[in-house]
Amino acid sequence: MYDFLFYTFALITVLPAFVVVFARNIAHSAFSLMFTLFGVAGLYVMLGADFVGVSQLLIYVGGILVLFLFGMMLTANIDQLREEQPPMARQLGAVFVGAAMLAMLTMAVWGIPAWRNATPRMLPNDAQTTSTIGTLFMGDFALLFIASSIAILVALVGAAMIARADGFSSEDASTRM
Amino acid sequence: MPAVGLPHFLTIGAILFSLGLFAIITRRNAVMLLMGIELILNAANVNLVAFSRYSTAGTSLMMTGQIASLFVIVLAACEAAVALAIVLNIYKRFSTINVDEVDMLRD
Repeated sequence: MYDFLFYTFALITVLPAFVVVFARNIAHSAFSLMFTLFGVAGLYVMLGADFVGVSQLLIYVGGILVLFLFGMMLTANIDQLREEQPPMARQLGAVFVGAAMLAMLTMAVWGIPAWRNATPRMLPNDAQTTSTIGTLFMGDFALLFIASSIAILVALVGAAMIARADGFSSEDASTRM
Repeated sequence: MPAVGLPHFLTIGAILFSLGLFAIITRRNAVMLLMGIELILNAANVNLVAFSRYSTAGTSLMMTGQIASLFVIVLAACEAAVALAIVLNIYKRFSTINVDEVDMLRD
């Protein structure tokens, strides 16, 4: 049952990823990216990381993907909705690089006995991932937590300022300090 | 193939990574390029969470991979926001987001 679910989520993840990369219509790419992110969330849940899976759905599908759709909507040229193929040399180079990377990673992953024979840690039936993550965020990882909140603040203010409707120039950034 | 183990999850991460790499090299629309970057980040996240589940380093490290992947998700959101703001500015300036045509800094 676990294997069947794993292969289902693996197919949900990998097949739309091929569509994301190879589709000519960029709207098709964006919507199949949604399926890929759903599949990855399912894989997280299969690995016992339910909080990470749900936050992946909230942030990636509900935030980043919507941001991409808005970006595509606001930067659409009518003649750019169908992207033409890049030159053949670049495509062949990209296929070679991608295939080489995949081959190296797969050989590394299947070639290490400690990884191949790794057994999953047995989780108790009432494993409380959310409360454990909360305790760790407030305890061991408090500095990283607060630093990431500062990073979010900087990104928020920076993105809002860069994408202002009345334009953005470097004089604006320095005079409004 | 035996029961699903750690290498299966890592292989999915490897496939997503190489697909994202192909997208970054090949795609010319800037938003498509950002989608390739998101694929790569998701691949790394899958690896982190898989190692967190299958590691045998003691129960105190059970959650480190998941916490790292949460930070990666958060930072991916920040980076996507800033990158899209830059893409909007490029569109306003050049009327195109074809990354091959935005080459004013190239000599």
